[in-house]
Parts: sequence; C-alpha cells; structure tokens
Amino acid sequence: MEILLIVLIGLFYAAGIYLMFRRSLVRLLLGLLLLGNGVNLLIFLMGNIAKGKPPIIPEHSNVFTQAYADPVPQSLILTAIVISFGLQSFAIVLLKRVYLLTGTDDLDTLNPLHEKNL
Amino acid sequence: MTDIFIISPILIHMITAVLCMALWKKVTAIRLMSFAGSSLGLWYSIGLFRKTWDSGILTMQAGNWPAPFGITFVSDTFSSLMVLLTAIAAWTIGLYSLVAIRKSRVRFGYYSIFHFLIMGLSGAFLTGDIFNLYVWFEIVIISSFVLMTLGGQREQMEGAIKYVAMNMLASVFFLTAIGILYGITGSLNMADLSIKVAAIENRSLVNISALLFFIGFGIKSAVFPLYYWLPSSYHTPPSATAAIFGALLTKVGVYAMFRTVSLIFVPDDFMKSLLVFTAVMTMITGALGALNQKGMRRIYSYLLVCHIGYFMAGLGMFTQLALTGALFYIVHDIIVKSNLFLVNGIIYRVRGTTDITLLGGFQKQYPNLSLVFALVFLSLVGIPPLSGFWPKINLISEAMLANSYILTGALLLASFVTLMVIMKIWKEVFWKTPAEALNPEANTFRTLSKAKKLILVGPVVLLLMISLYIGLFAENIYLVAERIAGEMLNTEYYIKAVLQQ
Repeated sequence: MEILLIVLIGLFYAAGIYLMFRRSLVRLLLGLLLLGNGVNLLIFLMGNIAKGKPPIIPEHSNVFTQAYADPVPQSLILTAIVISFGLQSFAIVLLKRVYLLTGTDDLDTLNPLHEKNL
Repeated sequence: MTDIFIISPILIHMITAVLCMALWKKVTAIRLMSFAGSSLGLWYSIGLFRKTWDSGILTMQAGNWPAPFGITFVSDTFSSLMVLLTAIAAWTIGLYSLVAIRKSRVRFGYYSIFHFLIMGLSGAFLTGDIFNLYVWFEIVIISSFVLMTLGGQREQMEGAIKYVAMNMLASVFFLTAIGILYGITGSLNMADLSIKVAAIENRSLVNISALLFFIGFGIKSAVFPLYYWLPSSYHTPPSATAAIFGALLTKVGVYAMFRTVSLIFVPDDFMKSLLVFTAVMTMITGALGALNQKGMRRIYSYLLVCHIGYFMAGLGMFTQLALTGALFYIVHDIIVKSNLFLVNGIIYRVRGTTDITLLGGFQKQYPNLSLVFALVFLSLVGIPPLSGFWPKINLISEAMLANSYILTGALLLASFVTLMVIMKIWKEVFWKTPAEALNPEANTFRTLSKAKKLILVGPVVLLLMISLYIGLFAENIYLVAERIAGEMLNTEYYIKAVLQQ
C-alpha cells in the first residue's frame, strides 16, 4: 500500500510540475490541481497508515501502548482540501474572465505593455 | 479574559469584516464601520504590544487543549510588533481608502475583504502552530486575490494570473514541507517542533523540509529566483491596495521565514550561505530592475524586491547585531513602503498617469506637498538621521566583520541604487518641465473638497511622522529590535512559555 502511494505521489508531483511548465493557462491550473492532490496524499502517507487501529487509549493506561491510526493527518487533509477547493474555484473563474477579456490562454501573450493606474 | 486579549486584533477585524458584509451596499455606513473597526484594532494592538513588552511572552491555548496538542496563540515581542505595524498600516491605508477607493469597489466588498486580509495577517503573526500558520496564509492570499482582481480590468487580470499561480504554488510547497515535518516529528506546535527537530538524527530529511519551507516562503516574500511575479502584478491594483500589499504581504513571508529559521531550523553553514547568496542576488537583481523601469509603481515594486535582500542578509548572518539590523529594517520598511504607494496614488490623482517620462513640474504646482513627499523619499533612501539609515549601519558593519565583502558590496550597491532611482524620480516628476502642457481636466485632486484632500494627504503625513520618529528616536526602536533578536537567538523562553513547563 505504501509503495503504491509513494509511486502515485511521485506521479502527481511530476505531472503537476510538468503541466505548470506549459504555457497554456488551463494546463497551469491542472498542474496546480494535481500538485494539491499530491500534497494531500503525502500528508496521509506521512501520518503512518494503520488499518483498523482506532486512536483510543485503553482503559487501564494513560498512553498509547501500540501503533494507532493517527487522526491528525486526516483532519489536516480535510482542511487542505476545503481550502484548495476555494482557491481552485476562484482560479477557474479568474481564468475564464481572463480568457473573455483577452481572447487567449497563452501566457506569453499576457504581458501588459504599459502601466495603467486605477 | 487575558486569553481573549491575545487574539483581539483577529476578532476585531473578523467582526468588522462580517458587519461590512451585512451592510452590503450602504457605502457610507460601510466606510464608517471600517474606520471604527481599524481604530479599535489599532487600539488593541497597541495594548497587546505594551502588555507583551511589559510582561513577556503571552500565550493562549485555543479550546483549552494543552500545548502541544491544541493550537497555541503566542504573542512574543516579534509577533506583537508585527501586529502593531499591521494595525498602523491598516489604519492609515483604511483612512486613505475612504476617499481613494471608488464607490463601486466598496459596493463589491472592498472593505470586508480588506478586513479579512488584516485578520489573516494578524493571525499569521500570532499563531504558534505551523499548520495554523498555513491556514492564515491561505486566508491572506485568497483575500489578496480578491483585492487584486476587484474591478476586473484587463491589466489587473493579467497581473492577477501570475500572482495567483505563484502564490498557489507557494502554498503547495509550504504544505509539502509541513507534511514531511509532521511525518518525521509527529508534531505541529512550533515550540514542540523546535525541541523535536533538534533531536532528529536523519538531518537530510530535516534539510529537505527546511528547503521546501524556504521555497514556499521565498515565493511569498519575493526573494531572488522566485520574485518575478511581484513586479508584474503589483502595479495593477489601486494604489491603496498596492500599499497594503507592498507593506505587508511580502513581510508576512519574511516573518514566517524568520520564525521558522530561528525556531525550528537553526541555520547551519549551508543554510547561512544559501540565505546570504539569495540576499546578494535579490539586492543586485532588484536594484538593476528598478533602474530600468519607467512607471513609478514598477520602480517601487523592484525596490520592494531589492530591500527584501536586507532581511535575508540579516537572517543569513544570524548574529545578534545583524538580526537587530534586519528587524529594525522591517519596522522602517513597512511604514515607508506603504507611504510610497500612497504618495504614488496622490500623484496619479493630480496627473492621471504615473509614467515618469510623462510627468514633471510637480514641485512648481504643489510646493508644500512636494516637501512632504521629499521627506518620504529621503527616509526610504536612508539619509541620516532619517529612518532607513540606522539599520544599515548594523547590517553593513556585521557583513564587514564577517569578512564577506561581496555581501557588503551588495548592501552598499542596493542603497546606492535606491538613492539613484529616487533621484531619477525626483528629477523627472518634480523638477523637469513637463513635455506637454498640463491638462487641468486630468487633475481630479484639485476638484476634491478640502476634507477629502485632507483624508488623502493626512495618512501620508501620519506615516511620515512615524518614520521621522523611527529615525529621530532610533534608540527606542533599536531596543525593541535588540530584544527580538535576543529572543530569536535564545528560544528557550519561547518554548517554555508555550509548553508551560
């Protein structure tokens, strides 16, 4: 399971960074999405995957006596997913708006030539 | 009740933001509410700073979960100083926005987003939990995205794309670093991490995590190879927004870098030379960029990048004196940089452009305003005894003592180029006879009522007063900076205060 996840995380990161190097804005966004998912899986993996071991301290002791499924990474991932959902939906709307205003999704043509103050 | 007091700047700005949303399209009510909120926030920030100064590090355990299990809010001298500077910048820029920001922008929620941004910044400065810091960063960046794109003009959108993409990438790096750090230590509390990271034997994983933090914060604070998003986006939003971005958004990255480097990843020789290298390159490339620009705000953006090099230099040398210099520079920089962008906004109001080749004759037209602006510019350059001068003494003497002449050269070059650029601006904007006859129609400043003029110029004068205070009473600021530098080098007080041992 761990090996599978490690390979998957590597793929997510590699594909995400590759897509971010492209000039197209949509690919840039997809790259960010993949990287975000890669991070979430990484946190999941770093928190030790343990199956069927709830984090409950036995009645007669004060500390954990054996390996347990750590609940913290899951709550971190949950937070990160919610945040990235918000950011990504904003980014999608922004891209759409940029496309409507400029008629292009190529980063090279997006260079304002002169300063305009608002 | 002392517990709630620590997070009062956060709570005040949150409540103000929500109330501004509730008032939705009543522009005057929103403006009044925002002003009241910023004033209250400033009052409590001053209180927090004084209390921290008098009684040492304050902590608050959210939900009464004892550290290191819950989220801790910590107010040490550094955090409370940053919160105070944020509140000062927010108050003055909020006041300036009363006139400078158009009604249509206020209707679309300028003020509520503005207060959410200040809330996020205060939270980032006060938290003692690394994941919580990430969450505050996200609040800051999403508010800044909205402020940057509010108005929806083509230039803004084009600038925003680069800004959004780079900041989202920075968050990914930051989160990856947190993931690795949690994997090797099993903790998120910064004080707890400080102890646990020091005890880890597998230094390579620690260094990988440190470098990922460095990249994440480096993008946000705009250091050498990662800064190019800043000059291509900061000239697009309105001046008031650019002022808050220029003053605070890069500094929150710098703050996070200072905090993590001093507390968690105490720099080894490699890290120190990396920081010094980025400092040198940031100063040189930023300075060269500033020389090459025509628009005033583009020049400021490059100067902003150039001066980030000073902080990195102080952090890279990591001695008491160098850190004191860098921290003093933060105080000076936040005040002066926000003022520069406000000055720029007034010049735009008068002339309808900020391209220095088209401007000219400002001094003849407004001699008194020009005197005020001249003092702002001179503070930035650091003509003694104004505020930019004092921190540079420390940084340069420490660089000399460490025998790193390249760093000394870069520090001198950066301040020399700043002087040159400011002289160029002064010559072109204030002294030169304008190429074309002035169009009185373009002057939207002249037609404003007296009260509105005062609201535009008042914040500039207030910020100038503060930077004059920093310059003329430098020993007070120096004491604060010295104490923070001491706390950074001896972290056991921070750790003890947080873990309550």
